[in-house]
Amino acid sequence: MCTYLTEKIALTGSGKGQQGWMGLTQATVYVDHAVHARFTHTLNIDFTNPDLGPAARLAVELTEESALALADAIHAALGAAPAGLTSVNQP
Amino acid sequence: MSDALRAETVTITGHNDDEIEAYLARPLDAAPFGGVVVIHHMPGYDAATKEMVRTFAAHGYAALCPNLYSRQAPGAAPDDAAAAVRALGGVPDDQVVGDVDGAAKYLRALEGANGKIGVIGHCSGGRHTFLAAVSLPIDAAVDCYGAAVVTPPPAEFKVKMDPLIDRSADLSGPLLGLFGADDQFPTQADVKTLDEELTKLGKEHEFHSYDGAGHAFFAVDRPSYRVEAAVDGWQRIFAFYGKHLAA
Repeated sequence: MCTYLTEKIALTGSGKGQQGWMGLTQATVYVDHAVHARFTHTLNIDFTNPDLGPAARLAVELTEESALALADAIHAALGAAPAGLTSVNQP
Repeated sequence: MSDALRAETVTITGHNDDEIEAYLARPLDAAPFGGVVVIHHMPGYDAATKEMVRTFAAHGYAALCPNLYSRQAPGAAPDDAAAAVRALGGVPDDQVVGDVDGAAKYLRALEGANGKIGVIGHCSGGRHTFLAAVSLPIDAAVDCYGAAVVTPPPAEFKVKMDPLIDRSADLSGPLLGLFGADDQFPTQADVKTLDEELTKLGKEHEFHSYDGAGHAFFAVDRPSYRVEAAVDGWQRIFAFYGKHLAA
């Protein structure tokens, strides 16, 4: 099925794409058909910077297990570091 | 009829007189030919859609696929363009209708055109096909598993996509609908509801639902491909267009 389901967030950070490093300002998270992964549906994340055009995009297509493991790993890594160390208002 | 064809990227005048990119394939035979507007799916103006355009030309039709994402992502790779448009919430219905109208006018103006116009689309393009067929003079429309024609998407999908069934009385020509029995968008209940509405209105239509097939069973580059349904579906498409788009 096509879900069209899209969560969109603003974010602050950088990523490395087709043309090297760039600032990232937005991410969309959605469950839909994969372009490349060999599954009918995947959890897809597009990290983007719309000011730099549509090609300024880092894309991942993950299985449900992988996406949830990634979310847990993010929480674990941040939880193990001092609070606020990587905040936009970091010391 | 030979299967010789010419395929190329052209510029057409779309909605609001905007110049947009489109992919054209036309038969080289001199015989009069019908035209088919191919509406790409949500993943965009991609290689698989262009292959369908060429397939129609190989079967004797001039086919044209407007890049519905031309404005938001000119020159971008199809997957990047689709991601950008998704983040923007999709393309407005009136813009799609204007772009399909522009494509139909381009096809009618081709030397050798017989003036008949078909439209086809899959997934979101299936809904856009129904939208075009209730908005424009279309001689034969093929809706392949178009979602949100009968039932709007769930609120959590956060996408504005109005149902179109209330506009069924405006259907301008015959409709072929091809669906997967296991699909959830649209469900078999949605297919039945639309079938009954069109029957009630006396609108010519022909629906087929394939067992063992879900959404996107025509997509040869995806795991959802179902060979039996797709092969039978293509035969029905060419029989339908052969009947309604002939000179």
